[in-house]
Amino acid sequence: MERSSRAATAPGLRLGRSRPRYGEAIVKVVLLVAALVSIATTIGIVASLVSPTIEFFAEVGIVEFVTGTSWGPGFRPPTYGVLPLVTSTVVITLIAVLVAVPLGLLAAIYLSEYASRRVRKVIKPTLEVLAGIPTVVLGFFALTVVTPFLREWTPFDVSFKNGLSAGIVVGIMIIPLVASLAEDAMAAVPNGLREGAFALGSSRMTTSLRVVFPAALSGIIAGVILAVSRAFGETMIVVIAAGSNPALTVNPLQEMVTFASYIAQAASGDIPVGSTVYKAVFAVGSLLFVTTFALNYISARIVRRFREVYE
Amino acid sequence: MTVLTTPKTAVRLAAKGRPLREHLFRLALVASLVIALGFLALVLYSMISKGMGRFDARLWENMPSIRRPEAAGAQSAITGTMWLIGLTAVMALPTGILAAIYLEEYADRTRWYNRVIELNIQNLAAIPSIIYGILALGIIARVLGLGFGVLTGAIALSLLVLPIVIISAREAIRAVPPSIREGSLALGATQWQTIYRQVLPAAIPGIATGSILALSRAIGEAAPLIVLGAATFVPFNPESLFDRFSALPVQIYFWITQSREEFHLLAAAAIVILLALLLLMNSAAILLRNRYQKRY
Repeated sequence: MERSSRAATAPGLRLGRSRPRYGEAIVKVVLLVAALVSIATTIGIVASLVSPTIEFFAEVGIVEFVTGTSWGPGFRPPTYGVLPLVTSTVVITLIAVLVAVPLGLLAAIYLSEYASRRVRKVIKPTLEVLAGIPTVVLGFFALTVVTPFLREWTPFDVSFKNGLSAGIVVGIMIIPLVASLAEDAMAAVPNGLREGAFALGSSRMTTSLRVVFPAALSGIIAGVILAVSRAFGETMIVVIAAGSNPALTVNPLQEMVTFASYIAQAASGDIPVGSTVYKAVFAVGSLLFVTTFALNYISARIVRRFREVYE
Repeated sequence: MTVLTTPKTAVRLAAKGRPLREHLFRLALVASLVIALGFLALVLYSMISKGMGRFDARLWENMPSIRRPEAAGAQSAITGTMWLIGLTAVMALPTGILAAIYLEEYADRTRWYNRVIELNIQNLAAIPSIIYGILALGIIARVLGLGFGVLTGAIALSLLVLPIVIISAREAIRAVPPSIREGSLALGATQWQTIYRQVLPAAIPGIATGSILALSRAIGEAAPLIVLGAATFVPFNPESLFDRFSALPVQIYFWITQSREEFHLLAAAAIVILLALLLLMNSAAILLRNRYQKRY
């Protein structure tokens, strides 16, 4: 094969590259190195987490960590049961999802199926502004606006710092994410499907809910999972509005400490390097990293496996 | 001659099939959007109304003070944020744009390592920001020995926004049609000449928009810096790359955690500065996108 293709070219008149282009090769290497920075980041994250985590489990024991019901590295004797952090993280994420998913999806249906192009051109950047508000600002909002509102206007006994307020505001934070990812998914559904539904006499609502929404479902679910992962790792809102006393509870009216908010609290205080508390920060970090990694992976898999490909 | 119009009866029939349900649904859609935007308005309003009373020159001329909130300012935090943004822009933007060029123009997607790079970037974009703080604390500050100065903070923020820069730059590069590349290559340009002289100029508005949005994300980020210990009281401006530093969001967090109400007013005033800065950058990005976006 090789020989015959070469023979097809007249001798002395080689096609293809006449001289090696070193400049081009160097450029390609530089670009590749830039792309490899992201790989180095992941390796760095894993490397920074692994060895303190292993040392932590050598000192504390994985059984106490997983089954212990009290998290108090500052107590005497210190306790390292992670369950209070798990329940708090799950409850706050759940509240955020309950706020963000209905609002985000309905907003997405409006933007994709109802809004005129002009309306969309104004509203989408505005939602981006909401997405761009720093979380420290949203945390302050939770503490000074949402919590007083809850204490004043609900019959419950809401404590000054509580998981409910933090969860609601984390939900507000991820509304734009849910809305924009769901809108992207629905906008990708080809118009032929809509026209077919209209031709069969469907109303706009039926078309949106029975045709477009199911067709975009995989993208929507993937987007929601990404939003969940975002809520799961949110730090500033929770650390500001939800307090610092971890307790094994699912009652969001009390103080709550999540994985991320514990890391921020512990690391901002003065903790001696190499102590068990220091390593506990990394162990909790590992848990947070592994969980969000799994969520992101599931989201990516759903997109790839269930995506309806049109044309 | 007959004019074709929709018969009145058909219109009535169609309206009959569109009962209250339809209107309620539409109302619910609009309402949810109004609620989402209402929250935005409420956040902006509450911060401005609270912070405006303390929004004066003391804020940028004075240093933070723990004992005298009436004389306290945020100058060290503002300077710190400027340092961080400058350094982040210098590190994250070139790296991100070069990586995007590699992935769009050179990478062979059938190779496993290119797919790994791509998946990895998607995953990094969704990792909680506080994990980058742990990376900075565990590896950059201690193992690499860069310490807890403004450089380490900027590296953490650069790595944090790198996936955003890459993803948006890739989209901008992908939007340049292949015919432009083919034309350039057919005229004898090498691949890099084609990219540098044809593709990049066409993609610049999109890349700039994405870069501004990525930097505005870095400006507001507090969590990784707090893990690095930037929350402690810093009453001086950083003078070199290894000086300890503060930053606006970190200073705001520090004031929020104080119990005296004066510090909360101070936090709100600093938030007004931060929001004004972000709004400015956001509008610049949107303007760029709307004005220079080319449709092929």
